Amino acid sequence: MRRLVVALLFVTGLLALPAMAGDLGPVIPKATGVAHIEGNLFMRINHMKLMVHDRDMTVHEGDRQVKYSLKACVECHAVNGHDAQPVAVTSEKHFCRVCHDYAAVKIDCFECHNSKPQISSSALLKPEMPDSTEIAAYLKEATQ
Amino acid sequence: MNLPALKFSKTPRDMNRRDFLRSGAALATITLAPGVTLMSFGGEAAANADAGKRWGLLIDVNKCSQDCSACVSACSKENGWKLPENPETDAQWIRKVDLKDLLTGRESSLPMMCQHCEDAPCVDVCPTGASFKRKDGIVLVDKHACIGCRYCMMACPYKARSFIHEPLTDQKAHAPRGKGTVESCTLCVHKVDAGGTPACVEACNTTGNGAMMFGDLNDPESDIAKALLAYPSIALRADLGLNPGVRYSNL
Repeated sequence: MRRLVVALLFVTGLLALPAMAGDLGPVIPKATGVAHIEGNLFMRINHMKLMVHDRDMTVHEGDRQVKYSLKACVECHAVNGHDAQPVAVTSEKHFCRVCHDYAAVKIDCFECHNSKPQISSSALLKPEMPDSTEIAAYLKEATQ
Repeated sequence: MNLPALKFSKTPRDMNRRDFLRSGAALATITLAPGVTLMSFGGEAAANADAGKRWGLLIDVNKCSQDCSACVSACSKENGWKLPENPETDAQWIRKVDLKDLLTGRESSLPMMCQHCEDAPCVDVCPTGASFKRKDGIVLVDKHACIGCRYCMMACPYKARSFIHEPLTDQKAHAPRGKGTVESCTLCVHKVDAGGTPACVEACNTTGNGAMMFGDLNDPESDIAKALLAYPSIALRADLGLNPGVRYSNL
């Protein structure tokens, strides 16, 4: 009976997590491209497996049109710094680091791979205008 | 909490028109009605490493001059390695070697890089399988598996491989490189996979002396195969019987 109560408490705790996400969880930056059709939850759980599979396709078979490449992740999930240029993984704002810091999982990818996209910065511009709260937050951060 | 299971798509990957035309793999087209066809593919489209090909280089040493290093700077720029300040430890994917025949005094100069051997000693000795030969003859290091033991550097008779001693940043997206791994000439595999030519050959033909030729050694119609048939050429250290993909003429 006690076990059941503990399990119930655990489950209700999990259900309550999203409600408190603003306080506890990482604030995940928005990507510029089209959303993953698999859904964000699937990608959060499986992104590393997808990338490992496709990296072997590229390195060994020469397949350059794989669906899940680190290059594509970095391009679409680029986060711009104050200078309007994408930040490197050395910055806490980097897309990968936001979650990996939270989960305390080391990323080895960027020991060799570039953590910044190599496309023109105009292509990285946000498709829609930021709203006033976003601009205010940016200015507040920039003046700190 | 139910987590979605990882399943890989069974459908062929997205194909563009070129891929579609290129894939000869058991393509069947059934015409159902005028203008309506049913097509089926025998498995996935062939990846870019084609087992029928053997990529190689032919270098005309007569045309190569001592004061030109267009190939070296082009490689450095393309693949993002710095021109070596300390040649003993800094990476050198390609370097110029000057030779002098002591008896006749004849001087010659040639570019030296990974020779992309058919029986590559680096592949033989690699304990993790990181050093490997692609189906099309390009010898590469899979840096995901490289442990940096440097056995391959010992085994290579051409001294073609380098070890990265220090952390790097801002690598090229198509040429990832990092501390603790071994690297060498990739024959610009990212360009070759896209139907291009290695950066050294391009630079040699535009700003250099046109001494380098790139192509498929297995294709008798290719320029390189015709040149190899018509003129004498040698493999460096032919005594080792490694059958390198890089050959030199007029040496």
